[in-house]
Amino acid sequence: MSMAGNIPLRPHQDLRPRVALILIGAALVLILGRNLLPPGLMRAPDWLVLPFADWINVIFAFLRDDLGLIHVTRAFAAMLEWLLDVTANLLYGKNRWPRLGPLPWSAVAVSMAALGWWLGGWRLAALSGGTFVWIAVMGQWQWAMETLSVIAIAAPFSVLLGLVMGIMAWRWTWAAKLMNPVLNVAQSLPHFAYMIPVVVFIGVGPKAGAIVTIIFSVPPMIRMTELGLRKVPEEVVESGKMGGATAWQLLRKVRIPTARTEILIGVNQVIMQCLAMVVLASFIGMPGLGQKLLQLLQALKIGLSVEIGITIVLIAVVLDRLSKAWAMRQPVHHDETLPWARRHPVLVVWALALVAAFALAQIFPLLHQVPRAQALSVAGPLDVLVDGFIRLVDPVTTWLRWFLITWVLIPLRDGMLWLPFTAVLTGIAAAGWSVGGWRSAAVVVAFFGLIALSGWWDRAMITVYMVGFSVFIAALIGLPLGIWAARSETRAGRMLLLCDSLQTFPSFIYLIPVVMLFGVNDVAVVAAVVTFAAVPLIRYTIEGLRGVPAELVEAAHMSGTTRRQMLWHVRLPMALPVMMVGLNQSVMFSLFMVIIAAFIGTQDLGQELQRALSATDVGKGLVLGLAVAFMGLAVDHLIRRWSESRSAALGL
Amino acid sequence: MTRTSRPVRAVAFALAPFAFAFPAFAQDSGDPIVIPIHNWSSQIVMSHAIGQIFEGMGNSVEYVSTDSQAVYEAIRLGDAALEVEVWEGAFGASFDAAKEKGGIHEAGNHNAVTREDWWYPLWTKEACPGLPDWEALNACASAFATPETGDKGRFLGGPVDWLKHDAEKVEALDMNFTVVNAGSAAALWAELAAAERDKTPIVLFNWTPNFAEAVWPGEFVEFPKWEAGCDSDPAVGPHPDKVYDCGNPADGYLKIAAWDGMPEKWPGAYAVLQKVSFTNPQIAEMAKLVDVDGMEPEDAATAWLAANEATWKPWLE
Repeated sequence: MSMAGNIPLRPHQDLRPRVALILIGAALVLILGRNLLPPGLMRAPDWLVLPFADWINVIFAFLRDDLGLIHVTRAFAAMLEWLLDVTANLLYGKNRWPRLGPLPWSAVAVSMAALGWWLGGWRLAALSGGTFVWIAVMGQWQWAMETLSVIAIAAPFSVLLGLVMGIMAWRWTWAAKLMNPVLNVAQSLPHFAYMIPVVVFIGVGPKAGAIVTIIFSVPPMIRMTELGLRKVPEEVVESGKMGGATAWQLLRKVRIPTARTEILIGVNQVIMQCLAMVVLASFIGMPGLGQKLLQLLQALKIGLSVEIGITIVLIAVVLDRLSKAWAMRQPVHHDETLPWARRHPVLVVWALALVAAFALAQIFPLLHQVPRAQALSVAGPLDVLVDGFIRLVDPVTTWLRWFLITWVLIPLRDGMLWLPFTAVLTGIAAAGWSVGGWRSAAVVVAFFGLIALSGWWDRAMITVYMVGFSVFIAALIGLPLGIWAARSETRAGRMLLLCDSLQTFPSFIYLIPVVMLFGVNDVAVVAAVVTFAAVPLIRYTIEGLRGVPAELVEAAHMSGTTRRQMLWHVRLPMALPVMMVGLNQSVMFSLFMVIIAAFIGTQDLGQELQRALSATDVGKGLVLGLAVAFMGLAVDHLIRRWSESRSAALGL
Repeated sequence: MTRTSRPVRAVAFALAPFAFAFPAFAQDSGDPIVIPIHNWSSQIVMSHAIGQIFEGMGNSVEYVSTDSQAVYEAIRLGDAALEVEVWEGAFGASFDAAKEKGGIHEAGNHNAVTREDWWYPLWTKEACPGLPDWEALNACASAFATPETGDKGRFLGGPVDWLKHDAEKVEALDMNFTVVNAGSAAALWAELAAAERDKTPIVLFNWTPNFAEAVWPGEFVEFPKWEAGCDSDPAVGPHPDKVYDCGNPADGYLKIAAWDGMPEKWPGAYAVLQKVSFTNPQIAEMAKLVDVDGMEPEDAATAWLAANEATWKPWLE
């Protein structure tokens, strides 16, 4: 059906390749005639470079001092701080109201196990209880609780805020129209960029950490709430109306429960995003695991920081499973005649175990708190392992470093910087035009044009070159791995689990071994970025290949295709739209990671962002952050357009 | 009882008689004194040591991790109360800028000198025996060549936001070196640790007091001596037409900064803070307890205080 619908081409679609070709020709002319170009076509002339940063700083100074916004934000922060102090007291005994804590670790572990049991049976109980035992036994209790005391406030806050904003976006079109571009930018803005205004308006400390975590984690919640509410079938709403429900009752009792699945996916995303911020937020005062991790890395204690990384991954896995189990959970209806205890066995067991834990913790101090000196550690063997690995691959990496630097990276980078900016813009316009006509061309040119106007063109090109090369290498590794893993269900499952772990493992830990392997240079940066950027490529290749309709594979099989033909002519073309989503995410991840790789030592936008953060220069930070975001949005636009037309052509 | 509070209480008991002896301390506000900590050990241990002394006086103290440059803005606004390590070379500019805006001042000066300059681990001397003289270093620049720098030697500098003038120095002294900036101190140590494996010659940015001295023995490169004005007046230094034709000052200050509101809010604690002064060996010892002996910073602070009562008890009088 869709094939037939695609045959009568609209006339202007015919023109697209031709216009794109003309644009590519123009770009080539600009490149070939480079030496004859006036300097104004090489780089944006000075009069075109607009002082965006100064404007933003003026606006911020006005908001903060003249409008007195700082009092509002500080008041809000004070409220948040009060909440943070309560959890901080309960979890790690900070000297604040209600002065009850800290709870013994055994009591917390027992409670988490009970929660796991209630939501998902004994396996989940073992996983979540076991994780908290690991944290205690490894002597990381205090740090983990410091982290969780912030997340325990930030995550619910984010969920609530997302829910309200999602409802607004669903209810009023203007709100959706307003929010959509803001959310797009927010989700592609590097974390450092919005940490600077937070320092200015909120200050430093756990409260600032909580606020950046909320800002970072709220967009998916808004998106999922809006999506869920839009998907509620009209019949359901109708039946609610017939029952005489008011608008508020309809929302609370009909729409939100029906949109439950999407909303809970949003909750799950919020939790994951919160954990992703653990390390970065410690730059502005979030206490706990992230802060400790940075300190340990600073003293080159890789084994100990890997231990912390494992804890962060474990906490992420536990919270992920718990929230997913909660999403899947259907209400259980008990026989009312049964005694109370029989109806709530988990509650009874939990209460008993909790009492036992408190009592035992009084007798055995080790069940209350495991001191660092008595904690177990796997750091020694881990250090030996890392060290041995580095020694083993050293000859290869030395050669690789020399080869990549001399023959690939330096020429590529010089090439990018050598190009006139007008040629780059024309080339981008060509890509836009061929994918989506003049509209797309205008969108992507606007994004990159603004970067040129900001005056950060050279740095932006270095970022582009590093992201481009990293994604290329990531594709070389990720696609074959994904194809290989998609062959069997068990392999795919294991690979996806590995992907999840790699994604939540704090990226800062990679930075040190790559420097040891390659030194402070772009090879180290690329190596760190590739580790991160390959993950979505692997994941979506697997998802895409597994999502190919079985009938199609069956039909191709019957017509006698070989395995190779099946892959190249049936499975891959069908999976391509999904794989492109992976590519899109891979570009996003690379952009984030390249910025973080400023801690290795880069000369791109990330380095300047790092500088802006330490100088608390809001204007500069936002301009640089937006430059990164615009690159991401331009790529996102191109890939999305392409993928949409491709899916339509395939009839998916 | 938490891991941190046990040693804290131990100190509190040790100090209890002093608290009674000096009722003036009772005027201190009950709000916690917020001490910022950064990502290097000596600063963290020193912050905890001073914090534990304050706690012994009956004050409540909280530690918050912050960026080491952004902290001056936080102190200026009263979000943090003090900074125990203000390095002339690294943070002098941020400190001065914040002082100009108001809200922060110098509360004390450690009896320590800081030095930040080009530095090499001792094994480098085998490849370049003329060290620590800078001209000898320049003569064997090729020993420090890397793929990124081609024939020139590589000098591994600190992060750009430390605002060092290494590239200007290379230019002014006409050295055969290229400056490559690492993005963090951790990246510097990672390179150093990697170089140690096969004793590769390396010259990088380093400073004292620092834990690295204990792990990797080494020396600073001796440049033409620093003279005041070397960074602004071309006439100063060996080259009459160049600025930065000299090494960094070998005796930079190490100060203590405090929020302007501190003397009023916590007069007792502030009076002690003004007397606080640590020496280079003491600071190196604090870092060593954590970086080499593997202690936790708060435990290291307690241990240090217990072992050095003679140093800090007089500050309370």
